[in-house]
Amino acid sequence: MSVGQSVPRVDALDKVIGRAKYTDDLCEKNAYIAKILHSTIANGIVKSIDVSEAMKIPGVVKVVTCFDVPKYYFPTAGHPWSTDPVHQDVADRLLLTDRIRYYGDEIAAVIAETEIAAKQALEVIKVEYEEYPFILDVQEAMKPEAPQLHEAYPGNILAHSSVRKGNYEEAIKEPGLIKFEDWYETPTVQHCHIENHICYASKEGNRITVVSSTQIPHIIRRIVGQALGIPWGDVRIIKPYIGGGFGNKQDSLYEPLCAYLTTQVGGRTVKLDATREETFVSNRVRHAIRSHIISWVRPDGSFVARKLECFSNQGAYASHGHGIVAKGMNSFPQLYPCDNIECDSYTVFTNRPVAGAMRGYGIPQAMFAVESHTEDIACRLGIDPVEYRRKHVMPVGYVDAFSKNENYYDSFNQCLDKGKKYMDFDRKFKEYQNQTGPVRKGVGCAVFWYNTAVWPISLESSSCRMVLNQDGSIQLQLAETEIGQGADTVFAQMAGEVLGIPYERVHVISTQDTDVAPFGTSAYGSRQTYVAGFSIKQTAMLMKERILKYAYELTRMPAFELDIVEGQIVRKGDGRVMISLSDLATEALYSLEHSEHITSESTYQVKSNAYSFGCCFAEVEVDIPLCKVKLLDIINVHDAGKLINPALAEAQVHGGMSMGIGYAMAEQLLFDPKTGKTLNDNLLDYKLSTFMDHPHLEAQFVENYEPTSAFGTKALGEPPVCPVAPAIRNAVLHATGVAINDIPMTPHVLFERFKEEGLI
Amino acid sequence: MAQYKLVKCTINGKETETMIDVRASLTDMLRNDYCLTSVKKGCEVGECGACNVIIDGECFNSCIYLAVWADGKNIRTLESLLGPNGELADIQQAFIDEAAVQCGFCTPGFIMTAVQILESGRRYTREELRKQLSGNLCRCTGYENILNAVEKTMLQRLGQQ
Repeated sequence: MSVGQSVPRVDALDKVIGRAKYTDDLCEKNAYIAKILHSTIANGIVKSIDVSEAMKIPGVVKVVTCFDVPKYYFPTAGHPWSTDPVHQDVADRLLLTDRIRYYGDEIAAVIAETEIAAKQALEVIKVEYEEYPFILDVQEAMKPEAPQLHEAYPGNILAHSSVRKGNYEEAIKEPGLIKFEDWYETPTVQHCHIENHICYASKEGNRITVVSSTQIPHIIRRIVGQALGIPWGDVRIIKPYIGGGFGNKQDSLYEPLCAYLTTQVGGRTVKLDATREETFVSNRVRHAIRSHIISWVRPDGSFVARKLECFSNQGAYASHGHGIVAKGMNSFPQLYPCDNIECDSYTVFTNRPVAGAMRGYGIPQAMFAVESHTEDIACRLGIDPVEYRRKHVMPVGYVDAFSKNENYYDSFNQCLDKGKKYMDFDRKFKEYQNQTGPVRKGVGCAVFWYNTAVWPISLESSSCRMVLNQDGSIQLQLAETEIGQGADTVFAQMAGEVLGIPYERVHVISTQDTDVAPFGTSAYGSRQTYVAGFSIKQTAMLMKERILKYAYELTRMPAFELDIVEGQIVRKGDGRVMISLSDLATEALYSLEHSEHITSESTYQVKSNAYSFGCCFAEVEVDIPLCKVKLLDIINVHDAGKLINPALAEAQVHGGMSMGIGYAMAEQLLFDPKTGKTLNDNLLDYKLSTFMDHPHLEAQFVENYEPTSAFGTKALGEPPVCPVAPAIRNAVLHATGVAINDIPMTPHVLFERFKEEGLI
Repeated sequence: MAQYKLVKCTINGKETETMIDVRASLTDMLRNDYCLTSVKKGCEVGECGACNVIIDGECFNSCIYLAVWADGKNIRTLESLLGPNGELADIQQAFIDEAAVQCGFCTPGFIMTAVQILESGRRYTREELRKQLSGNLCRCTGYENILNAVEKTMLQRLGQQ
């Protein structure tokens, strides 16, 4: 059947003809427009706001300020809610705030009849501030004299967690050990989905409807309820097609504020459409993380004791908070197991834009540090870096005590084999040794660790509903969202496979409406194909059982002797077609004898998780005098288990590689040290990869059937971004002999390092 | 206060006229006055290409093209590509076949840029195609399959594949 086939996307037709409707395409044209007034200081308080001039502008309906909104503190992270207060997300946001914590904080909102009136109003609102000193750097923020952002978090530390194993201090006393120590730094970057976040809200009866470009409709429903202090059931969230998310839209952005604003204008529709500049500054960004690694190794390279310290820049509010650096830290003892480990990670508030979830959730940062460090050890010991990894990376049969994840296959070696072969690594590695000219080539590699979904840290469940239509086709509903990755297509393939019908006969309801869609937590953690697979399989089996039970009434054959094959009810013994599913479905609904609406619905709570591993190989050419790196070739190899749709999987990997290339080479938000203002909040000054910045992107797979999974599949959404930056960095090291421990590797960074190393 | 001007132009083969706020962009006019919602807004300052349309044979960022400049012009949006019986254009089919679509938000702009490339009748190398397409941004695809779709259609039209 269709699982494992590269069938076309179910939403491709609508998207190539421009018929697919995104949030803004659905909003009524006479909606009120809301615009937000952002602070022009990085830390302080709003003493007063004068809106009198703004109210005089024709078309301005209302101005709501931080002094008007209700004081229900709410969390924004798109996590499943925890019924245990200890594990609940930090509730530190208000709809609008008079306590400013970053340059761009939200202090007032204008509602107007037109966008121009709203923008004009913003320009004439007068704000009186009391300004405090601000801090942008994590280590600075941890100093005792630093300005404090949140009363509840002294020292600006949102959280600190650690891992201890064995005895580090004792272990390092072993004679003959070699010490490797370095600091690694990753930048603040932004998701840059092409559709900015947008939502609009209106009232019907006493309930509020918000249509939003979100990855997580059911979670947004809960957060809007919390933020407005109303029952969660009084909120309805509708999620149409969205123009990318990458984790930024796994957070509550402006839905609570927009929902509140409609209540201030009698329930009329209010649209809040973020600009690109607001998306960069006042949505979410990826945590910049500074990592410090010490490894004590024997001369053969084996690890004796290791230490990791990570400092994660949270920005102004908690959002996803400590989970991100903690995930990165927890990969450290697993990827290269070692008996003596000390890890500490700190998540620290600063007066920067708020960091949240972004594709990879802490792993791209961790892999940059860890895989750069691994390369440095191999190089200094004179060991082939691929062979070094093969020898020390997580072995087959390894089981993580906490998640119970098991490394079932020799995925690392299988992926490395494919990557090496494509790159012709051994030949090039030798050939590029000892170059002397101004332009030099190099090859590098990196592996990565990832795990699927969020169990056992958090809830994992998926609910599915299937309805048999009059013609024997199936309507399929899930809470898991299509955000561009191709989820709807693989869901149709999986349902068709179990039901015995072509995937084209499975109609996935792409829009999630929390009044109608089954409950679920939606798109994050590379979870959906894995987690929804269970509920689709279970619900399809239930559906099939009901269909065959009804078939018994029509065919007098016992259900257990029947099967559904390509849309026909067949007798197992001789393969005879007894009746088509289409005829059965029509009969079931219109029968005067026994009419039945055949449906099935079920929830599957997932209590497993799966490792998802792979590697990246890169080849670069470095122009030393120009301090420029050109990426010549690159390959990612993944073991994401069995692929449901290989073409879509490959496309997914391309996108992740592209994001990884930008992370390594060019992307970085910059902040004015004098004001805290974000300096490059647009797509001209923020260097998102263009068509010209990539070579061919090669994506290959190793398909080991994941034994814990309903369809043998596991995480692929986030993993492709994880190994790219260190692979490119290691190729630059190979080319020049210079270890670059700060990304992005812009000419500014390379110039300083090449100068230090005497290359220029 | 707003000033309005009559803008007469041909949109997707049909002669049209409407009163337009002189401050409006062509993106606003196409989306709001003609419901041509394939014209997407990603930055509204000419950076991302999601709003690309063809004006008198040339591809433009409609977000930085004033609606009043469209007076007397011939404008084509993605909606114009379907055949009379709803047939897909070759470039649309190629985007489907090559898995060049993910979230789909940049897709209309990319296809319109591709239309201009294809209508030139020229044969470009892959490197030249990259440059031709580099005014459009995409975060999902890494551009790889978009390049494959455009190149394949170009070669088909030139009878070379």
